[in-house]
Amino acid sequence: MLPRIALFIPCFVDQMCPQVGVDMVRVLRRIGCEVFFPEKQTCCGQPAFNTGYWEDARVVAERFLRVFDKAEAVVGPSGSCVAMVRKFYPELLPSPSGLTKFYEFSEFLTNVARIEDVGAAFAHRVTLHDSCHALRELGVHDGPRQLLKRVRGLELVEMDHADDCCGFGGTFSVKFGMISAAMGDTKTENAAATGAEFVTSVDPSCLMHLDGVLRKKKSPMQAVHLASILAREARA
Amino acid sequence: MTTAAQEFLRWATEKSADLKHRRILRKNIDHYDHSLLKILPTYSNYEVARERSATIRHDAVEHLDQYLLQFEAKIQERGGHVFWAETAEEARAYVVSLARERGVKRIVKSKSMVTEEIHLTPALEKIGCRVWETDLGEWIVQLRNEPPYHIVAPAMHLSRVEIAELFREKLGGITSDDPKELVEAARLALRGAFFSAEMGISGANFLVADAGLVAITTNEGNGRLCTTLPKIHVVVTGIEKVIAHLSDLAVLWPTLTTAATGRMLATYKTMIGGPRGPDEVDGPEEFHVVLLDNGRSELLADTEQRDVLRCIRCAACLNVCPVYQQVGGHAYGTTYQGPIGSVLTPHLRGPEFDHLSYASSLCGKCTSVCPVKIDLHHHLLQNRRNTVRKGRRPLSERMAFRGWRWLMMGSGRYAWLSKLGLRAIRVLSGMGANPLKKWTEYRAAPEFPEKSFREMWRDGDV
Repeated sequence: MLPRIALFIPCFVDQMCPQVGVDMVRVLRRIGCEVFFPEKQTCCGQPAFNTGYWEDARVVAERFLRVFDKAEAVVGPSGSCVAMVRKFYPELLPSPSGLTKFYEFSEFLTNVARIEDVGAAFAHRVTLHDSCHALRELGVHDGPRQLLKRVRGLELVEMDHADDCCGFGGTFSVKFGMISAAMGDTKTENAAATGAEFVTSVDPSCLMHLDGVLRKKKSPMQAVHLASILAREARA
Repeated sequence: MTTAAQEFLRWATEKSADLKHRRILRKNIDHYDHSLLKILPTYSNYEVARERSATIRHDAVEHLDQYLLQFEAKIQERGGHVFWAETAEEARAYVVSLARERGVKRIVKSKSMVTEEIHLTPALEKIGCRVWETDLGEWIVQLRNEPPYHIVAPAMHLSRVEIAELFREKLGGITSDDPKELVEAARLALRGAFFSAEMGISGANFLVADAGLVAITTNEGNGRLCTTLPKIHVVVTGIEKVIAHLSDLAVLWPTLTTAATGRMLATYKTMIGGPRGPDEVDGPEEFHVVLLDNGRSELLADTEQRDVLRCIRCAACLNVCPVYQQVGGHAYGTTYQGPIGSVLTPHLRGPEFDHLSYASSLCGKCTSVCPVKIDLHHHLLQNRRNTVRKGRRPLSERMAFRGWRWLMMGSGRYAWLSKLGLRAIRVLSGMGANPLKKWTEYRAAPEFPEKSFREMWRDGDV
């Protein structure tokens, strides 16, 4: 029996790319999950934490945990924001509890729901960018690949240095825009070299940056979230 | 005068856009990656080697005082001299006056980042000494009048063609860019220096406490020549290089070499415990060890961050760092580049280098490869937090995060003001202004959705 899921919609997904949240909900419902959205949620505190404002981050983090206090399982479409909660809250808060119930979306599918085929179809060539936080903080590596391999018509191609950072890095992307862009350029070159039409990831922040880099260089490649691929339903 | 932060930005802007530079670094790092891929499977378990290396170095840092005294006593027993230098200036002054008192004119050096840290060579040149770097990479950058580009591979930024051109200009008689010919030319040029130098200066990979030995490993054999041929040998190194037991080298040497070069062991491993003994046929007549503090004790006193002192200078963190790969080694303007440099330099050189703690996307790849398991990207976060705590961030940023906190403490104000903010951006953009300039300078502007997720949820669109 799958738990009732509280949706963790990170603030910038809420404001900038809500469709990622919608697509995640669609997949979760398709595999039989009941979901609800705790409307009191705002931000997990990562921007302040990463910039060094731990006092400001702490009060926001405490509030965040209160919002999800009653939830049995919390699922969010961002490796980075889930890593903030699960990996970095212990550094920020004295003795936080209930952190293990927070899951990154692909992690929930493969490790909790134990499902790889979500009944999706996407007849395209796709390459996967490992988001740094999902990969190195949460250990998400095989899951997204297994999910993608089960999508009807999808051809998964590995790029060189798939685990290298895309260059986003939060405020780093504007504080050191030139380095961030060069990293994005390297990443998208590696992605394009596979001949893929789409680059996907479990982190919308990486994708927002890559999308900006790709469109700036007028590349035909598109950045798309894993949830949006998995949401494309296969017709029986 | 430009600040270190402005210099960093200037270099970063130039190098990030330099595709040739990017290609050369990538090629050299690929070479390292390939060696590493071949060597790692020869370990029964490399993770265990990392784990043990970390434990050995952790123990060393925790008992630094004890092990250093043990090391010192052994060296002195054999007639060697140990000088404790609190600052770079003291270390420099010791070596300079030694050279002056002994009438030294010619000095050969094997690779030592600590001598870079204290700017030793210019000080020796000032009193009329001629100094040769004898590590090939170091010598190449010395011929170019440049500091090392990388802790282990000082000439990583140069292609073979560029090195051949340099040799042609400085040495003459070079007919190709065949590595064999280039190495032979370097060998010939340096041979004379080795045999005529009165002083040899080296660094140390490790200082072994129980045996009282300085351990050095090189691939070119230049280290052994520097430490054996000249009458005087001076070791210049940091206090953190000490380890407890000789047997620790059985783990640390292969781990260091693997992380540094992608090989199991370097060709030459030298251990020196003092001047030439009465019944020994070679070795220096005089032996000095300069132990440099230069800010390390302060870091040692910081229980949260002292494990940074575990570092064995393998530079694996540089090789995997996407920031290093874009901006290169000179951009940092520091002795130690890449992630370890960004963590360490604000501690050793102060607030002028605060910006380096921020010049990272916190991707954590450095941490994932560190052979002594220093949590590098967490240290960057801790550096950032300390910078904020000490009030060293701009007022505008402090106010912005105070505002952010207020905004995020209520979902109503968050929802309402975010909507207003995005609308304002849209209106301003429509009027020809560009409120997202810092973003769109390097990327296309993002597309803004009509409704937020919470609005869609409330409206039943989800």
